[in-house]
Amino acid sequence: MSHLEDLEKKINSELTTRIKESKIKHNQIYLTINYEDLLDVIFLLKTNKSTKFRQLIEITAVDYPENQKRFKMVYLLLSHELNQRIILSYYISENQQIPTLTKIYPSANWMEREIFDMYGIKFTDHPDLRRILTDYNFEGYPLRKDFPLTGHNEVRYSENEKKVVYEKVKLEQNYRNFDYESPWEGTKYIKEETKK
Amino acid sequence: MTKQSKTLNLNFGPQHPAAHGVLRLILELDGEIVEKADPHIGLLHRGTEKLIEYKTYAQAVPYFDRLDYVAPMNQEHAFALAIEKILKVEVPIRAQFIRVMFCEIGRILSHILNVTTHALDVGALTPSLWGFEERETLMTFYERVSGSRLHANYFRAGGVHQDLPRGLDEDISKFCDSFPKIIDDVENLLTDNRIFKQRNVNIGVVSKQDALDYSFSGVMLRGSGVSWDLRKSQPYECYEQFDFKIPIGKNGDCYDRYLCRIEEMRQSVKIIKQCLSSMPTGPIKSMDGKISPPSKEEIKNSMEALIHHFKLFTEGYRVDKDEIYTAVEAPKGEFGVYLISDGSSKPYKCKIRAPGFSHLQAMDYLIKGHMLADVPAVLGSLDIVFGEIDR
Repeated sequence: MSHLEDLEKKINSELTTRIKESKIKHNQIYLTINYEDLLDVIFLLKTNKSTKFRQLIEITAVDYPENQKRFKMVYLLLSHELNQRIILSYYISENQQIPTLTKIYPSANWMEREIFDMYGIKFTDHPDLRRILTDYNFEGYPLRKDFPLTGHNEVRYSENEKKVVYEKVKLEQNYRNFDYESPWEGTKYIKEETKK
Repeated sequence: MTKQSKTLNLNFGPQHPAAHGVLRLILELDGEIVEKADPHIGLLHRGTEKLIEYKTYAQAVPYFDRLDYVAPMNQEHAFALAIEKILKVEVPIRAQFIRVMFCEIGRILSHILNVTTHALDVGALTPSLWGFEERETLMTFYERVSGSRLHANYFRAGGVHQDLPRGLDEDISKFCDSFPKIIDDVENLLTDNRIFKQRNVNIGVVSKQDALDYSFSGVMLRGSGVSWDLRKSQPYECYEQFDFKIPIGKNGDCYDRYLCRIEEMRQSVKIIKQCLSSMPTGPIKSMDGKISPPSKEEIKNSMEALIHHFKLFTEGYRVDKDEIYTAVEAPKGEFGVYLISDGSSKPYKCKIRAPGFSHLQAMDYLIKGHMLADVPAVLGSLDIVFGEIDR
């Protein structure tokens, strides 16, 4: 996979200090950058002759509630010409706003709306930052780790009121999250074997 | 006197037969010309990604059937590949062949549905009646191998759940011989049909550049003349062993996309035939007892197998801490899974990249300036299924 290593070198030499960390794994390049450099890095990756990452595949976020910088933002880019993928990521704290990519990739529009909907992360200068997947008037951010799996409200048709009504979730039985994981990790040799 | 023009807001769906599910499309019309389209999605949102975070890896597989429910196994495939890459599991060659065969069956299933309902949307009823009969045959293949017609839950990390039942290969082979005739029949009705062409040629044209900018993939991209298919460009499983061609469109309109899908069905038949003629023998799932459950017979005789069985169906297998994106060429385009594992038996995060999401996003761009009657034609050629868009 010398192509991939060449590409990694090229990207590192173009972007030098803006790259915090880069590695190759699973035949893909993983880049970690600073939050401030996002637009520059993406724009360069898209337009530079030796990179040509013309397609934005997906944007997503990951929630780590215990971290001070709570969210990890992930951008997946694809280059048809080079037949390579890049996974770009950086960390932000809960109330930080991030610049939108809609000017560089029009398809970022809905992807960013989805992140806003699911994680409550705001994008500056986004043309149309509304909720997208959840119900009208929905409250809370479902994919955050502190949002309960059952949600807060449930919907049903009320025969008395002749309309659909919203009610607090009422469970006949508490949600049971069984923890099957072994309390002892087994003998040492198994531990070592699994580490390999 | 000044001429006053007023735009009309029209709600298309969510209960509309041509909306292909539960799309609520708010159209701004000037006369019969569409000025703006604002799709409201999420009416089928089930929180799949959240649910997967609370399930073990094996329990998460059925959720993938329920995404694009017309080609279930193709999506299980992406998830299985992601786990296999992290765990570095070898998949036996027979399992790979079976998977490829059923992925291609899934592609035919999806394309029949799309081509025929697209024709239905623009006024041709008969193809859907013919096509759905073939779909029924294909779904019995699903049933015979997995036990259910639609929600198969058949692919596993490390292989597939069960071996092919006796006689199935002959029946699939018979289907491969008879099916091209059905494609010919459908083509006879549509390809040179004056009405079908009037409704589709030069409708919803996508340029090469826009197809890239709007993150299109699959037929939507190839219809515009970009030669890109993950089965060829980044071959996964054993696709490089097969001889097949990728059809590419020229004009990027609804008609070219229809032609691409028709040709892809023929190529899929070709792949299935090759699978059948050179199907290797051997195991159908990884022999690693830490990942694949033992057979019933083994459980009765071996203590270790019994323990493995118990651990696999309570705790589930653990997946090392890692981060990976794997994509497959699903019938609708690039279907990807971005998986973050934390060393436990449940995924920490599982982002599902649905091709239809990006395609529907471009609805406003595609339909602007077209007539109202073109909306179903464009929607039909986008090949959207709400299971995967809303997730």
